[in-house]
Parts: sequence; structure tokens; C-alpha cells
Amino acid sequence: MNFPAFPAQAWDGRLRNRAQRIQRAAPLASGRQVAPERIVALLEAVLEPGDRLCIEGNNQKQADFLARALVQTDPARVRDLHLVQSVLALPEHVDVIERGQVSRIDFSFSGPQAGRLARLVENGKITIGAIHTYLELFARYFVDLTPQVALVAAQAADREGNLYTGANTEDTPAIVEATAFKGGIVIAQVNEIVDRLPRVDIPADWVDFTVAAPTPHYIEPLFTRDPALISETQVLTAMIAIKGLYAEYGIRRLNHGIGFDTAAIELLLPTYAADLGLKGKICTHWALNPHPTLIPAIEAGFVQSVHSFGSEVGMERYVSARPDVFFIGADGNMRSNRAFCQAAGHYACDLFIGSTLQIDLDGNSSTATRGRIAGFGGAPNMGADARGRRHASPAWLRAGREARAGKAMPRGQKLVAQIVETFREHMEPAFVERLDAWDLAESAGMDLPPVMIYGDDLTHIITEEGIAHLLLCRTADEREQAIRGVAGYTPVGMGRDRRAVENLRDRGIIRRPEDLGIDPRLATRDLLAARNIKELVHCSGGLYDPPKKFRNW
Amino acid sequence: MERFEVKFPASAAGAAQHPVLAGVVSSGNLEVLVETGADPAACSIEVNTSAHGFRDIWEAVLGDFAARHAVGGLRISINDAGATPAVVSLRLAQAFEHSRTEAP
Repeated sequence: MNFPAFPAQAWDGRLRNRAQRIQRAAPLASGRQVAPERIVALLEAVLEPGDRLCIEGNNQKQADFLARALVQTDPARVRDLHLVQSVLALPEHVDVIERGQVSRIDFSFSGPQAGRLARLVENGKITIGAIHTYLELFARYFVDLTPQVALVAAQAADREGNLYTGANTEDTPAIVEATAFKGGIVIAQVNEIVDRLPRVDIPADWVDFTVAAPTPHYIEPLFTRDPALISETQVLTAMIAIKGLYAEYGIRRLNHGIGFDTAAIELLLPTYAADLGLKGKICTHWALNPHPTLIPAIEAGFVQSVHSFGSEVGMERYVSARPDVFFIGADGNMRSNRAFCQAAGHYACDLFIGSTLQIDLDGNSSTATRGRIAGFGGAPNMGADARGRRHASPAWLRAGREARAGKAMPRGQKLVAQIVETFREHMEPAFVERLDAWDLAESAGMDLPPVMIYGDDLTHIITEEGIAHLLLCRTADEREQAIRGVAGYTPVGMGRDRRAVENLRDRGIIRRPEDLGIDPRLATRDLLAARNIKELVHCSGGLYDPPKKFRNW
Repeated sequence: MERFEVKFPASAAGAAQHPVLAGVVSSGNLEVLVETGADPAACSIEVNTSAHGFRDIWEAVLGDFAARHAVGGLRISINDAGATPAVVSLRLAQAFEHSRTEAP
């Protein structure tokens, strides 16, 4: 046997370390339950310097009580942490860095704290490993970023420690699975401890401690767009998207971004799209949170299936009442799952469409701006061609034919569209020669400029000026003119070669609203299936219960 | 406020049937009035805007509008409260179409 002899070694270091942590924590708990006033001491007992720590939170639910407890721990004991988590969204996530307890972070999104984070990086207070997409970060939980300790949030626990995460299950299964099966410690804050859960989302033997938080965990109603704020320009771009893209390619499976542009598309399905005879032909299957603006399309019978990353505040009763459409447990409540929905958006959808702040001449787009390190969350997973995809659909095959004309091996391609008004507020152009992402990368010492959607994944741009079919362009020059051709009166748009753009229009690479037979007189808010939140509530038969800040009647 | 007038030579549109008002002034919005003008071979557009320093963009937007539509013989007045070019183009197109087809 050609196998060298190795000295005997222990193989259970992680398990023994885990046992030590549990032993230190045990006196502070009563079985698996921890009283809220002892949680700070418990964190100090469990955490060790150098730990990878995940504080659960996304752009939706937050383990906010545990985050507040963490910033009360003794910095002399709880230090040198490596945060590995989806978002830095709460002030406490950044407070703990400012307190000097964190040496490194790997994350996906930091929207609300983007400015503070950028200052900490510039002052050398923190090192960013990388800004991931969600799937990428979850993947690393199972490779080289496995948490030693995870602080998660659930709706309820029972006496044994089983968790009910319900409609807002979100990231919890991915975090807990990685942590619990690699010798880590899972601590869950719950809104209530009950005798009997509606169902078990996370089994008790994957959870070490539960604590009943004094206040329910925070959930941001991030996916609620008030139709009252949708502009006529957005109605026009939505008409262009429906007629020039959805109908053209027969797109049935898709994901939408969270902006008003795509909310307008959702609200035109029962009106404009139905008038075009598109019901049953487009937008039947979705990877999407329960957007309130999707209610009219669901009620009109457009939508056959929706799987969700998370839930949306106020949509719970409506969603439960539509089990044919949403993913509902035997208990009657939805279960979301961010990891699976991201995978669904990446592999099983033919179209991603969303908005951005800046698009450059290669079609690269980014929401990064100078002085803000924000990340992108899930958009890059959805807004990228799935190179591993092998199943066909008419839309995917057609996009592939168009993009790969002249190549021997047939292959499909994902449709990836950006929908923007050429100028944002304050006359900020959406089209630029150079993305601010370059400056940000330089000032923050990043390996790469933070790009949300890469130009070579982008197949279409839609503005009020029309639609550019970038996948039909054959040269870099054509592509640049196609982008300039829908960039309107921005400096990028004004810099177009008028003859080249007219040529692209003749070839159908650029299509103006008039080329698509769109009557501008229809582009009014009257075309929206619901014009305000109250009409959405009405449309839901009173099942949608919007958060207070959206109730103005 | 900034006020200016631009004039484009244009083929006759068969003059506007009736004056049309499209759009309302509010934040980020504007008002467009289309009427029959004096010269059937030209289109004159008067702009009153609350935003300064965008005259070159205005002229580009209005020039494209005049080139894309048969606007000869029309007199158009615009009251702008800081609308984006997208809104200006859309309102102009809406007002133009209404001026040709609908009774007041």
C-alpha cells in the first residue's frame, strides 16, 4: 500500500469547540430558552475572537433585537469578528464596526448604511472581503465562509426550539443549515414562544438557543410601490416593454425589479396587455415577492404561479387566499426562500427586467455612486445569462438565435433588460460615458468596479425613446450607437451619429414608440389597473392590508 | 423664469382643428397648448420654463418633435415647471394627436 502513515489526530475539533461554547452559555439559559435580559451575556459567552458571524437580515426581515444586543457586548471580549451576512442595513450593523469589534465583512447589500460604510472603508476601519450577490454569498457559506455563530429571526418557537419562519422564511434555511451542520451555534430571536407552531420551518435540533424578543422583528415593506406615484412616462415605457419585448418574445417566466417602472408594467397587464390579447401568452410564471401591484394581474387571471424570496408586509392574508398562485404550506401560510427563489430567477426565468442609476456605452449598469458602498443584493443573479441552463423555451431560444447569429452551435440566452427614464430627478442623466463605479472602486480599494449588470449580459434597454435590441448588434460600434439612440437628450444621447441610429432603426434594432404602433394618447395614468393603494386594496377584495404609511384615506 | 420662442419650417399639418390643452402644471410637470398659427408653413413654439440653462436641450427636444410630426401651421405654447425631456416629448405628442383628432 502506497499510503504514508500519518500521526494520529483528532477530527472533532469543531464539535469540541462547539461543546465548550454551549457549556459556557448553559448557565445563562434555561434549556434552550434565553431570557431577553441575559442575551448580551450569552453572546459574550458564545462568541470567540475571530469568529465568522452572521446576523440575519435582508432587505426584508431583520434579527434586530440580536443586532442591538451585539452592540452592547464588551468589545474586549467580543472582537475581531468577521461578519458574513446578506445585508448591513441596520445602524447596529455599522455601529459594531465603529466600536472596533469587527475586522472584516463579506456581504451583499448595504443600501441604508451605504454612506457610513464607505467612510469606514476610506478611513481604514474595516476591510471588505467582497460584495457578493445573494446566491454567491450563500454558496460561500458552504465552502469557505461558514459561520461559527448565526443570529437569526423567526416568527415563533415552540418549547423544544422548533422555529416557524412562515411567509418571511427568506434566508433562514440557508444560514442555519450551513451553521448547524459545521459545528456552529444558532441563536434565534422569535416574536413569541408558543405551545404549538402552525408548522416547523427549522427543526429544533438545528437551533441552540431561542430568545423571545421584547418587540417583533422589523420587516421593511420594500416591495410596496404606491401606484399614485407612477408617472405617465413610466406608463409609456411600460407600454413599450409589453409590446416591444414581452409580446415580441412571448415571455412567460420572469422576474421584475422593485422600481416604479416595473410596477407600471404589472399594472398594465390587466388593461393594455389584455387589450393586446396577451393574457395567457405572457407573464404567467414569476420569481417575485408578493408585490401589491401584481394583485390586479393575479385577479385578472394573468398569473399562474409566483415563488417568492420573502413576503411583503400586508400581503399575508391575500397570499394565503390564493394558494393556486403562491407557495403555501399545509398550515395555510406562504413559505418564502431566498436561496431557492434566486436560483429560480437565475435558471428558470427567461427575462429579468429592472432599473438602474447609470448605464455606460458598453451597456454596463450600476447603482453604485461615489461615497456610497451599497451592493446589489439579488439583481446580478437574475440579470445574468445562466450559462448552466440546458432547458429550452421559445423566448430563450429566440434570444439565443438573435445573439448568436452565425455561430454553429445553437444555444439560448436569457433576456436581460434595463428600463430607465433618460433623465432621473434633478436632470441626472441615466446614461454616462463612465460609471461612478470606477471612482468608488478606486477610493475604496476594491478589486473590481461594482457593476450590477454587465454589458455582455444585457440584451435590451428600454427608455421613453424606445427599445434597443442590443443582442442584434454585431459590432461594438453598433452597440454603442444603439445605446446612444435611446439615450434621448442626455449628453450620451446628443452625441449619437444620427445616420447610424436611423440605420439601426431601419433594421429594427431600435424601435421608437411610433414604430411599435403605440398611441401616446393612451400613455396616461388612466391605463393603470389601480391608480393608488386604496384601489389595490379594493381589487384584493379587502384582503391586502397595507402598512400605515401607505394609507392616506 | 426663462422665456424663448423657436420657429421651425414645416409642411402644413392641415392646421389644428381646435385648440387643445394637454397636461397640467405641477411639480415636475408641464402644460402644453396647441393652437392654429398664422403661418401654415411653419410651427412656432413658445416656452416658459422655471428651469434655467437647458435651452440647448429644449431646442433638441422641440426640433425632434417638429421633425417627427406634421406640425406646419401650429402655434404651441409650453408652460414648464421643471419637467424632464421625457415628459415634454410625451405631452407634446399627446397634445399634437389630440389637436388632430378630438373635439374640444
